Amino acid sequence: MYHRYVVVALSRRKPNEGKELTKEEKQRLRKQKKHQKKQKERKNEKGPSETEKDKTPVSLLPPPQPVATQKAPSALPAPASAPIPVPASAPFHSSPAPSPADKPAKSKAELKAERRARQETDRAAKQPGSSSSGIKTKVPLSELNPVVKRLPEHVQVDDPAVVKRLAKKLERQQIPLRSDYGYKVSLFSHLHQYSRKAPLTQLLSIPSTVIHPSIVRLGLQYSQGIVAGSNARSVALLHAFKQVIRDYTTPPNEELSRDLVNKLKPYISFLNQCRPLSASMGNAIKYIKKEISNIPSQCKEEEAKTKLLTCIDRYIEEKIVLAAKAISKYAIEKISDGDVILVYGYSSLVNNILCEAFEKSRKFRVIVVDSRPRLEGREALRRLVQRGISCTYVLISALSYILPEVSKVFLGAHALLANGYVMSRVGTSQIALVARTYNVPVLVCCETYKFCERVQTDSFVSNELDDPDDLMVTRKGKTQLENWQDVSSLGLLNLVYDVTPPDFVDLVITDLGMIPCTSVPVVLRVKNLDQ
Amino acid sequence: MELQAVLMAAGGGSRMMDLTYNTPKPLLPVGNKPLIWYPLNLLERVGFEEVIVITTKEVQKMISTDPKVKLDVKMKLDLVCIQEDADMGTADALRHIQQKVKTDVLVVSCDLITDAALHEVVDLFRAHNATLSMLMSKAHEFTETVPGQKGKKKTGEQRDFVGVDGTGKRLLFMANEADLDEGVVIRKSIMRKHPRMHIKTGLVDAHLYCLKKSVVDFLADNKSISSIRGELVPYLVRKQFSKSTNSPKVIDETHQNLKKNDSNVNLEIQISSRDEELLHLTQERSCWNDHRGDMSDAYHGGRLRCYVHIMDEGICYRVNTLAAYIEANRLAPKLFDEPAVHPSAVVSERCLIGADSIIGASCQISDKTSIKRSTIGVSTTVREKVKVTNSIIMHGVTIEEGCNIQGSVICSNAVIGRGADIKYCLVGSAQRIEPDAERTNEVIVGTDQLMEI
Repeated sequence: MYHRYVVVALSRRKPNEGKELTKEEKQRLRKQKKHQKKQKERKNEKGPSETEKDKTPVSLLPPPQPVATQKAPSALPAPASAPIPVPASAPFHSSPAPSPADKPAKSKAELKAERRARQETDRAAKQPGSSSSGIKTKVPLSELNPVVKRLPEHVQVDDPAVVKRLAKKLERQQIPLRSDYGYKVSLFSHLHQYSRKAPLTQLLSIPSTVIHPSIVRLGLQYSQGIVAGSNARSVALLHAFKQVIRDYTTPPNEELSRDLVNKLKPYISFLNQCRPLSASMGNAIKYIKKEISNIPSQCKEEEAKTKLLTCIDRYIEEKIVLAAKAISKYAIEKISDGDVILVYGYSSLVNNILCEAFEKSRKFRVIVVDSRPRLEGREALRRLVQRGISCTYVLISALSYILPEVSKVFLGAHALLANGYVMSRVGTSQIALVARTYNVPVLVCCETYKFCERVQTDSFVSNELDDPDDLMVTRKGKTQLENWQDVSSLGLLNLVYDVTPPDFVDLVITDLGMIPCTSVPVVLRVKNLDQ
Repeated sequence: MELQAVLMAAGGGSRMMDLTYNTPKPLLPVGNKPLIWYPLNLLERVGFEEVIVITTKEVQKMISTDPKVKLDVKMKLDLVCIQEDADMGTADALRHIQQKVKTDVLVVSCDLITDAALHEVVDLFRAHNATLSMLMSKAHEFTETVPGQKGKKKTGEQRDFVGVDGTGKRLLFMANEADLDEGVVIRKSIMRKHPRMHIKTGLVDAHLYCLKKSVVDFLADNKSISSIRGELVPYLVRKQFSKSTNSPKVIDETHQNLKKNDSNVNLEIQISSRDEELLHLTQERSCWNDHRGDMSDAYHGGRLRCYVHIMDEGICYRVNTLAAYIEANRLAPKLFDEPAVHPSAVVSERCLIGADSIIGASCQISDKTSIKRSTIGVSTTVREKVKVTNSIIMHGVTIEEGCNIQGSVICSNAVIGRGADIKYCLVGSAQRIEPDAERTNEVIVGTDQLMEI
């Protein structure tokens, strides 16, 4: 009620400020006034030039609890307004109107919270008859529990507002925007689809100055598929970050803990443009950012850098190398002599397990199931045969013919979601489903650093679309799908991931032990408590 | 910093002495811009901010003093002079600037005119962590008649045999016909690793190389290599498949052999980088392989890799012969969008200037002249009733009335007397052609510039 009064009061006052002001300037002034008002509320003192506004209604606003609930329904339908692009606040800072005389040095989180709250009020003001109350919060957002997750932008490609926001963000970070390619199947039109023949590097300057050379190299290797597979991508990412940290020098008047994190942000955007980040990479980045922010400010630069480098080495050693050893140890208990093990595609972890089991002289044979267009199973086959394991190779279309012979199925995972679903290469859910019908046990092997807090029940919501031209194959000199773009009713879909429900998975082998699929949230909670 | 650009502009232009005896090759006008402008423009367009230019003192003097030679590039040019008579090859020049080289280098030759997408070459260099990455192009036949050429064009150019793998990117074999005695000899180790190899001839080497810093350091230790194209590149291509680079146990020995001056060992040490274990771990976990069909790992476990990008379409010329020079002049206007007629040229209204002709600055074109498919240089005077077709006129030339110039190259400061009829000739620098002369298919140079035998 009071809030509406305040809003109306402002709008009534607009003509006083001069009709020649443009809409943006008015909005800017409005925001500025609100900010000034908040300043006054905080300090409980009268500002120098705030006589035009009546502040009493503001101070009588109800406490900020409704903010959280308010945000929840408002965030999902209108995620476009929630994150505030920095340019929007820039004109605020440069506006000529008088700013409060003694502006306290606020922390960035508080300023962000204020801006966010201000935007909420603006939006609420635009919606007539909105029953928004108490959106104006005096409490910085960091004090509230971050319960609301916004939709990530990479699953909202068909929303032009989100795309525009992404373009602005990339422009600010001086990273070129990679344009989508080709016709997208309508069910997946909300995802990016890039072409391998149009690399991001053609829009960059050649001695890349904005982005560190090792990051450019990494992005190229991701987009061309030279580094593929969840573990390999994370290790390569951490290796590149080590180079970045080595070459980093703190600019004067800056702190390493804050500046280095800001330096890493455009690199991460760049890598995201080259190929969408995997869950394991996301967790690795979170870890690095946390480690960087935890560097004490009195630490000297050299010391801080060596500390970070050892942290990275330790992370890789613990979460990837030793985890693989632990998982092999558990998994080998499950492999008995005479087993026929089915694997799908290439999973570095499953390959590791099988090679170790073979070294421990278990007698088994392997059936490698493969699928187009990636045909990663060939590489798995090569590595197993190189060790001397006897293998059979089939395509996924022959799955039901071969399953009667199989005694267990070992699958790798790209990520384990918080509701127990397994996200893995497309085709994995097929294997799990058919194995379930044949009553063959399905064991998923996954390190704990790949557990992520996302929840998904189907493969449509969030996925990755690979280059559709990969589906073209040339046999006997003829490429049938060569002109697929000219056929208007034809769309090529090259999905990368799919999710397998936990009912089809019998056991998950992690470095913490062998757990059922539904215990993933427990592990996540324990991990969060540790950190 | 990722890459440093090095421009080799110290070459003498030995294959077109008639043009270069007075003007050094980097400053020959092509489309009224000095030849060196084209690679500099390419580097600038791509985003380089500074270039190391290796050149002779003469060129440096002309660049700084001569107003006609205007290199309007925004990059910072670091000119390094070498002695003209030192007979330094390109590799020797790289060795000379070894102290300035801090990262990987991109070596470009001054006579390269191309509109290639450089990122293709550099992407190969980056993505595969290659030691060498180069650019080549399909050769186009030269269609213009070359002045002064008597008889059929002889295929005196020695052929290059370039072997690439199935993807067309990995360079497996490179040899020049001159180095081969009877036939092309290919080692069995190459055939075992790459059973399908495509051997191509008829490719133009653009002389654009991305080299790792370790190669420059290697050159500093091995003074026997003097030319990049002639010796270094074939050496690196051969070294990809030599046993010493591939066996992993060599790495342990190299740590002990640091003091030895064995060239093989040196290259090996320098290839290995820090965090080798992490890179190795990545490669081990990644499911990518560059070939299939055999049991070996990606790149066959080799640590030295050479890549090539072969352009199918687009302009790529090396202006090192007269024919190439003429061809480049035809195509140069397509590479930049300046107006064909320079604004400061004085052109009378009653002359016919074809659409594909270029008129330089401060020219004076009088009435009733017809200029078709030609390039007129800076400060040239063309009097009345002159017909210029298919020709290249350099700077400061005076063409008197009534001349007819066809298919010729007139070098700077020459004077063509009135009524002369020049067909398919090359008129050297500062030469005078007497009035009413009729020359066909001749090379007219001064007596003091005749080649010493």
